[in-house]
Amino acid sequence: MSQNEFVQVEHHENKNEVRNVTIVLSVLTVVELLLGFAMMRMEHGSAAVLATKITIIVLMMAKAYYIVGYFMHLKHEVRNLIMTITVPLALFVWFIFAFLYDGNAYKQLRNTFDAHHKEQGTTKVPKKEHVSGNSHSTEKNEGVKPAAVHE
Amino acid sequence: MSTATTAQPKLWNGGKSPFNVEYGKLMMWYFLMSDAFTFGAFLISYGTIRFSSNGWPDPNEVFQSFPGLGSGLPLMFVSLMTFILIISSVTMVLAVKAGHDMNKKKVVTNLIWTIIGGIAFLSCQAWEWTHLHHEGAWWGSNPFLNADGTASSSNFTNYFFTITGFHGFHVLSGVVINIVMLIMTLNDTFEKRGHYLMIEKAGLYWHFVDLVWVFVFTCFYLI
Repeated sequence: MSQNEFVQVEHHENKNEVRNVTIVLSVLTVVELLLGFAMMRMEHGSAAVLATKITIIVLMMAKAYYIVGYFMHLKHEVRNLIMTITVPLALFVWFIFAFLYDGNAYKQLRNTFDAHHKEQGTTKVPKKEHVSGNSHSTEKNEGVKPAAVHE
Repeated sequence: MSTATTAQPKLWNGGKSPFNVEYGKLMMWYFLMSDAFTFGAFLISYGTIRFSSNGWPDPNEVFQSFPGLGSGLPLMFVSLMTFILIISSVTMVLAVKAGHDMNKKKVVTNLIWTIIGGIAFLSCQAWEWTHLHHEGAWWGSNPFLNADGTASSSNFTNYFFTITGFHGFHVLSGVVINIVMLIMTLNDTFEKRGHYLMIEKAGLYWHFVDLVWVFVFTCFYLI
């Protein structure tokens, strides 16, 4: 393995790094969960819900930064290595935005040109009571027609 | 190719890795990149379908049970699962650190805790799947209505079971890899080699599994 010559980097990071990052991750998770609980009391589709969701996404990115940077040690690696990982992942920004935009556009178009589909989106179905713990699969398809992805 | 940074001027002169890492570790990173794109594709397609649907089930209505405590407890069980995985990631970090110090006992202890955490997570996920299945959910079958009361489609359950299934499979393979690591450690394989770099690579995989869960749990349960 002579081509694998490398210098083992001594952990110059401080002793408490693991503990501190664990605390940060736990706090971020708790905050996310609290926001999740708070959203349950908010009005469906309101601006507050949207703002909360965006905040949760930002917190999720922060968690990713800490896990990848410290637990996976990427922050302490050679700069070029960091970039071979992070630069391609920047493609995700476009990826997410483009596809969600597309999905939304599809919805608008379909509602415009497919009256039946739009009607299905507003017709409420009589609600069955929530059965938890009951194991009868006769309940499986009653009242709800499972449709395929492009139905 | 002389893109050396000022901090490491000798890295690109040949004879050693310009990224200053072992080949196996670099390849693990690139494998994880490919896996990140796989999971990213799954999650983004989930988002696309959800954005293209007029209605979608409310996660707090669907996922509200806790083993032994019945229903009416949204977000509780998934919180437990998330913390289990985070803590198992921490124990994995500690195992890798112990490996740097050539402390075999500590590596063994922390690996065992990581394995236990992985098995606990898998058990939780198995319970969640079984519970949902008993309520009638499965690929092709969705008993839950949309949040606004309209009829839903099986897209919801298809995506849920597929993505959590892939993730659970990664957790399972991670647990298997960690068990292999444990056996190798106990057999003094790494002591004889003089380094615990293999544990580091397994650690990267395990953290990736944790990271994917962070994204999956956020997308399905929170937003």
